[in-house]
Amino acid sequence: MNEAKPFGGGVGESLARPDIREKLVGRARYIADLSQPNMLHAAILQSPVAHARINGYDTRAARAVPGVAAVLTGADFPDGRMGAFIKDEHAIAKDKIRYLGEPVAVVAAETEAIARHAAKLIDIDFEELPAVLSPEAAMIDGAPLIHEDLDTYIKIFPAICGRNVASETELAEGDVAAAWAGCDVIVEDDYKTAPQAHLSIEPCGALADIDEAGRVTLWSANQSVFRVQANVCESLKLPMSKLRCLTPKIGAGFGNKMEPHVQPLVVQLALATGRPVKLILNRAEDFETVRARHPFKIRCKTGATNDGTLVAREVEVLLDGGAYSDDSPGVLGYSLLMARGPYRIPNTRCAGKLVYTNKMRFGAFRGFGNPQVSFAGETQIDEIAATLGMDPLELRLKNMAQPGDPWFGGGKVASNGLGECVAKAKAAAKWGAAPGKATSSTVKCGRGVAFAAHISGLLGTGAIVRMLEDGSIVLNTGAVDIGQGSDTVLTQICASALKIPVSQVALASPDTDGSPYNWGTTASRVTYTTGRSVAAAAKTVEAEIKKHAGELLECAPVDLELREGGKVGVKGVPDKEISFLEVSLRAHWAAGGPIVGSDTWVFDQPSVDPKRAIARGLPFPQIGVYSFGCVIVDVAVDTVTGKAEVSEAWAAMDVGRAINPAAVEGQIEGGFVQGMGFALMEELIWDGGRLVNPSMMDYKAPTFRDTPYAIHSIIVEEPEPDGPFGAKGVGEIGLVPVPAAIANAIRDAVGIQPRSLPMTPERNLRAMLERDDAA
Amino acid sequence: MTGHPLTLKVNGQERALSVSATRTLLETLREDLALTGAKRGCNQGVCGACTVLVDGQPVRGCLSLTANCDGAEVTTVEGLADGNVLSTVQQAMADTGAVQCGFCTSGMLISAFAFLRDNSAPTVDDIQHALSGNLCRCSGYRKIVDSILLAAKRVA
Repeated sequence: MNEAKPFGGGVGESLARPDIREKLVGRARYIADLSQPNMLHAAILQSPVAHARINGYDTRAARAVPGVAAVLTGADFPDGRMGAFIKDEHAIAKDKIRYLGEPVAVVAAETEAIARHAAKLIDIDFEELPAVLSPEAAMIDGAPLIHEDLDTYIKIFPAICGRNVASETELAEGDVAAAWAGCDVIVEDDYKTAPQAHLSIEPCGALADIDEAGRVTLWSANQSVFRVQANVCESLKLPMSKLRCLTPKIGAGFGNKMEPHVQPLVVQLALATGRPVKLILNRAEDFETVRARHPFKIRCKTGATNDGTLVAREVEVLLDGGAYSDDSPGVLGYSLLMARGPYRIPNTRCAGKLVYTNKMRFGAFRGFGNPQVSFAGETQIDEIAATLGMDPLELRLKNMAQPGDPWFGGGKVASNGLGECVAKAKAAAKWGAAPGKATSSTVKCGRGVAFAAHISGLLGTGAIVRMLEDGSIVLNTGAVDIGQGSDTVLTQICASALKIPVSQVALASPDTDGSPYNWGTTASRVTYTTGRSVAAAAKTVEAEIKKHAGELLECAPVDLELREGGKVGVKGVPDKEISFLEVSLRAHWAAGGPIVGSDTWVFDQPSVDPKRAIARGLPFPQIGVYSFGCVIVDVAVDTVTGKAEVSEAWAAMDVGRAINPAAVEGQIEGGFVQGMGFALMEELIWDGGRLVNPSMMDYKAPTFRDTPYAIHSIIVEEPEPDGPFGAKGVGEIGLVPVPAAIANAIRDAVGIQPRSLPMTPERNLRAMLERDDAA
Repeated sequence: MTGHPLTLKVNGQERALSVSATRTLLETLREDLALTGAKRGCNQGVCGACTVLVDGQPVRGCLSLTANCDGAEVTTVEGLADGNVLSTVQQAMADTGAVQCGFCTSGMLISAFAFLRDNSAPTVDDIQHALSGNLCRCSGYRKIVDSILLAAKRVA
């Protein structure tokens, strides 16, 4: 057990979160806990059909309810469109309904109960259209169009799109078509993964306030105050200067809170009423309207020679994007970039399509398409190993990407600790030993392994490090801590860079008025990208400190060094030193001006080398640096019920440098269990256009009793040369290899080959019965 | 709101209230008494984020009607610490890194507090059974189990 300490040093220590006490005594304030004087409460009306043209509205009955302040329908919203990659989404259904459950009207009233009651009295006059409920149906000639104006929408990347296809992407290296001839063993099959709900325990919500000049302040459950600002302003056609976005505490985000939910609705209500308005989704609404992990259909083919050398891989994916494209083009492109896995496979072609359907939008979810393709690719490696009679781990080691190897597409990989991850996981799990002990004669045990890589990076970020009069520090980054602990980690980086105790660093809460731009808490990026800015800004502050100290100590700044505890002194002369207080007083009152260091940057390393690879329709030319990992799991499969349970797991992750080891373990353990839920039990199910299990009762996620205690986190530190203290990201990678490792363990236990997630008792049992029938 | 007059003893303090028959204890605590520590996660009694003690027993605030609690002693997460001194289980959660987003923490603490009161030397299995009605989507549960083991050790 890695015991956290209250407050002390910096990088490398498992410090408790700065807001730990607030969270322990019930004082941490999340969006639902906020209120404003004279505040209205809002509720949405959801569409009863999946696809329809709206002819008009009758809102008279709703408006007549005492206590109702405003009733807004699509007709009352501006014609702006938002979207992370393709601007295809209004703030609310306007002219058309594109999925069942889509918000079509919104009411603000004196209480939530009145708002909910009034919303039900709104009458929508619509003409139902045939619904398109699968990507295959959406691609049939003559299929109804979900976005008739797709061609005219703004796209932020060279999108290949048309009719119901929102995006088409391809990435290829080598000559796949020719390579199959040189393979001795080829496995090829179809794989399916289920839509997974993020299921943050906190449902989404927002609160907008408005001042007398008409400027709006907006708090919401979010992963980026800047994305909230952009989405609201694009959809409502507001200048960004008219909207200030702030953040309360966030009750977790796994991608669900990165892009918009109800923020544009409360802003429009605040503009319409001139009063503060709060809207908190109930659990069913959150399930039905926010977003979920994409269901993937994957055709995967891998070939090797008899000695176990991987030669070629071809992957084709089909993504159900739902009604709006949201982060989906990114998920498609990223899944293709990751589909080769961390291996040397000289001939690889990955291609895919993202298709609109009349369902809730699918979007970013921890792993961003990587867990889905890893499930296919990593189970095929085991099939090849079995065919060749090789140990699956040895086959992986033989083909593993080595330090210095570029990534698929040719992007540079500056640090690669995969070898050490494998060695450590293998030793800890005693690879080759029997996988656990069966608790009864009907239970069979098995062991599986999977490798993974994931990026951390993307887009713009910044930091401002400001010295207060007394020499203590305020750090301002605009990065939202969604619970994962970035406030702690960024504070540690700042404190260590300036050699001061963490207690001397205050962290400003993200604010679009005062914080430097931060794209968001997503893509496992905050520690690496924002941490880098914090370190760079602290460097500027250090230089300023030395300039002032040089004047005060009458020496050249190069002869000075920072000393522990907020001091600066002359190198080699221990007693010649002054405090940050003296430096800051001089800066504030005498010369030079108050000390501020700032840094901004945008990730700009190319992910594709055109001399090496062909890329079409790629949504992000510059993606990130690479983390690596290896997971080994033991499962027990009940051959009577088909139920598979994880009994023990070893997860070794290369994070560059663990700024806060306990927080890194928290990410690995939490990622493992969310991946285990995706692998074994979680599935959103639609009946026609209707989501049938939008409740925690009917959507099963892991509880304490479904989760093994023995999840062993193993931290590997292969420093990233330009990362802050060598750090790179860990937020997502812990989830990525889990479904594949569990599938491989199930195969080892009972000899079935899972090709569809989740691997429920029913699916496992059917596969075992089919296997027995065939025998 | 007109309704039934009743009293609750909330975190040691007598509170006189008047509530409608449909008011849940969670609504009373959060909206009438401004004690927002207990959370509304699912409003269906599944997630456990609204867990509070009623006469010492952990209950779902979202499924309990305030009108049924007349004269009851209610303890919420706000009532666990003794002034500035955290209770053993709160301190243990801080020390093991068991808190990430914190949204499940209030309910988790209440369940853990009641469990530890009745179980001085719990096993991992005991803890997993006792807390299975409290969902956490961040931690993977291991550090929460660690925190309860640590709290039990410190009390012993």
